[in-house]
Amino acid sequence: MAKHETPLLDELEKGPWPSFVTDLKQQAETKPEVWDILGQLELSFKDRITHWKHGGIVGVFGYGGGIVGRYSDVPKQFPGVEHFHTVRIAQPSGLYYSTENLRALMDLWEKYGSGVTNMHGSTGDMIFLGTRTENLEPLFWDLTHDLKQDLGGSGSNLRTPSCCLGESRCEWACFDAQEVCNSLTQRYQDEIHRPAFPYKFKFKFSACPNDCVAAIARSDFSVIGTWKDNIRIDQAAVQKYIANDPEYPSNGGSHKGRDWGPFDIQAEVIDLCPTQCMWMEGNELKIDDSECTRCMHCINVLPRALRPGLQKGASILIGAKAPILDGAQFSTLVVPFVEVNKENDFEEVVDVIEKVWDWWMEVGKNRERVGETMQRVGLPTFLSVMEVEPMPQHVKEPRSNPYVFWKEEEVEGGWDRDIEEYRRRHAA
Amino acid sequence: MGYDPKNPMEGRISDLGPRYYGDFLPPVIKENKGKWLYHEILEPGVLVHVSETGAKVFTVRCGSPRLVSVNYVRDICDIADKHCDGFVRFTTRNNIEFMVDAFEKVAPLKETIKSYGNKFPIGGTGAGVTNVVHTQGWIHCHTPATDASGPVKAVMDDLFEYFGSMTLPAQVRIALACCLNMCGAVHASDIAILGVHRKPPMIDHARITGVCELPLAIASCPLGAVKPAKAIVNGEEIKSVQINAERCMFCGNCYTMCPALPMADAEGDGIAILVGGKVSNARSAPKFSKLVVPFLPNTTPRWPETVECVRQILVAYEKDAKKYERLGEWAERISWEKFFEKTGLPFTEKSIDDYRLAYDTWRTSTQFKYTSHTAAYTNK
Repeated sequence: MAKHETPLLDELEKGPWPSFVTDLKQQAETKPEVWDILGQLELSFKDRITHWKHGGIVGVFGYGGGIVGRYSDVPKQFPGVEHFHTVRIAQPSGLYYSTENLRALMDLWEKYGSGVTNMHGSTGDMIFLGTRTENLEPLFWDLTHDLKQDLGGSGSNLRTPSCCLGESRCEWACFDAQEVCNSLTQRYQDEIHRPAFPYKFKFKFSACPNDCVAAIARSDFSVIGTWKDNIRIDQAAVQKYIANDPEYPSNGGSHKGRDWGPFDIQAEVIDLCPTQCMWMEGNELKIDDSECTRCMHCINVLPRALRPGLQKGASILIGAKAPILDGAQFSTLVVPFVEVNKENDFEEVVDVIEKVWDWWMEVGKNRERVGETMQRVGLPTFLSVMEVEPMPQHVKEPRSNPYVFWKEEEVEGGWDRDIEEYRRRHAA
Repeated sequence: MGYDPKNPMEGRISDLGPRYYGDFLPPVIKENKGKWLYHEILEPGVLVHVSETGAKVFTVRCGSPRLVSVNYVRDICDIADKHCDGFVRFTTRNNIEFMVDAFEKVAPLKETIKSYGNKFPIGGTGAGVTNVVHTQGWIHCHTPATDASGPVKAVMDDLFEYFGSMTLPAQVRIALACCLNMCGAVHASDIAILGVHRKPPMIDHARITGVCELPLAIASCPLGAVKPAKAIVNGEEIKSVQINAERCMFCGNCYTMCPALPMADAEGDGIAILVGGKVSNARSAPKFSKLVVPFLPNTTPRWPETVECVRQILVAYEKDAKKYERLGEWAERISWEKFFEKTGLPFTEKSIDDYRLAYDTWRTSTQFKYTSHTAAYTNK
């Protein structure tokens, strides 16, 4: 494949941020078809539109997802990208790798594909960008036989679940995000590989309310760590923060680059608490935990003094999605607290998942995310399906319109009435 | 033995799932999982996590373009083999994390990282701009209204100082999605760069019969702008659709469902900027990003209008927000009218919602601030 002139892309080799153009050019030295990727991208920069055709259904036998078909609309000009299918590889929970595994994956991709990847895709998978249809089965064979790993999800199925790094390197983790993510990913392999849902369905596990995987914004089923008991306080460490001890920088040192003045626990912690449930009593920091909403601000600011409680678990929120069609949705709080317990195979989480699926697979319309189904039927109906008693925690505020959908059995005497009997008392 | 196309099901393995994460944890991580006590950012891009056992893990975080070659990943592996016992991880925002178990190992690790020139910039921690979450754009997607890696590179070149420093009031999360499908889920970002179309779909009558389920295409429009219609192709009447352009909100959902309704256009497509979203529950609840700039052109190769606009917003926020205040919290405290005044962005009617639930965003109060926007009423 001939080298192409790329005057527009060459402009993206300038500047201090790492350049994907430089990287791809270097890759092209050993993988000449990468020149065609650059060539077609240059054409897009010139024409200011995409040059990929719409659609193309390809895959491996037995799977209904994991590979996204893609074809160039200028294959004669750029034969190296005539087929440019994407392969999604399910990522290890928490995105840790051994270099042995990473190198094997890269060798595999150099052998069967373009050698261009995303580390990682938006849902969490490792993305291999660009291969031909005839390479898919051999690639899948080597992936499963030699590397002992698998494709991720695409289409109307369970998408590859993802999680934060959880307990592996975070003191705030309220459950073992990697373990539950991996365990449920294995449990639901069939749902990941064989589309049986109305539309896509995503799980994300964030082990604390800081929500580093954006579960509340990006997943249909958001499991977000929380706790039931009191924030643990180390009063000696509180004093270190108050004394501006350099070993105890506020917010774990995240504001070190600017002089914000000495640390002020009143202004930076107590006054910023959204529920105003903290105060100083002499030298002691006090928290009224019954008023706390576990937002994490005080813990974030004082990581050496404050820690989440000991009775940990998760809240389950359901229904997030991006704007198409009726606007973006965050997940709605459904179950305030569950234990996320490996000993019982995460049964409290699994029960909720399967209740949602049983219902949504029946009533969800084609291409309707579960959050849209929830909107269509209303939260009260959804809660009753989920067998969750309605509680004030389910709403930001009570409704302000009076349009209650009373059910007949809730009204004394039912709805059957006799108009003639009525007219005897109330002439028209 | 490898794949045998004559016997494709022979010896097949499926449903293995991902590799077990526990096999990929560096020893210090494995030994201290669940035992971490606290962390500190020692300097931009360098963190220490301290375990109750007294063990420490030092992490050096580096940016990456996300769109990377196998050779780039092999460079990562070389660094991890040399310094990190052959382990490495990635963050959810496309950063690379190299971990070592002793402070003395940090400086040599950083030195090796720096020997790769600008391939692996160190930073992305704390109150700065970390790496951009983004989509594919013109490198792979069939529906984009802008490129992804190109504008991200241009924006990060411009904001590079903020990646390697921690001078902002809080972390600033920038994300780019190249169309309204938002694979990049930019709807809860401090600064969202969003590809948008502005021309209704064209109708490829000659192709529609072969590639499109008409009822699905018609049902795909949330505003009922796609209607059944007849068309003449090669002198023959065929079933097709018509588009009520006045109703079109340019969401692109019809093209997703029907390849015969393409939208892409050099002049029509470009970028909208939304700001003030957040995911974390810290202090205030998660917030959606709000549209403050309806359109900037796709000026290839470096999107100067977008780059300038992002900087303009960031600088105003840096100057004016209080410590810990996320961009959306700042805008809400000072009021959105002051946000437009302080950033210098023009307010247009396109920032006023006229879609479903729009009324929720209209101001039903006498509380407002006098800004340049009200001058016509106050300077009589």
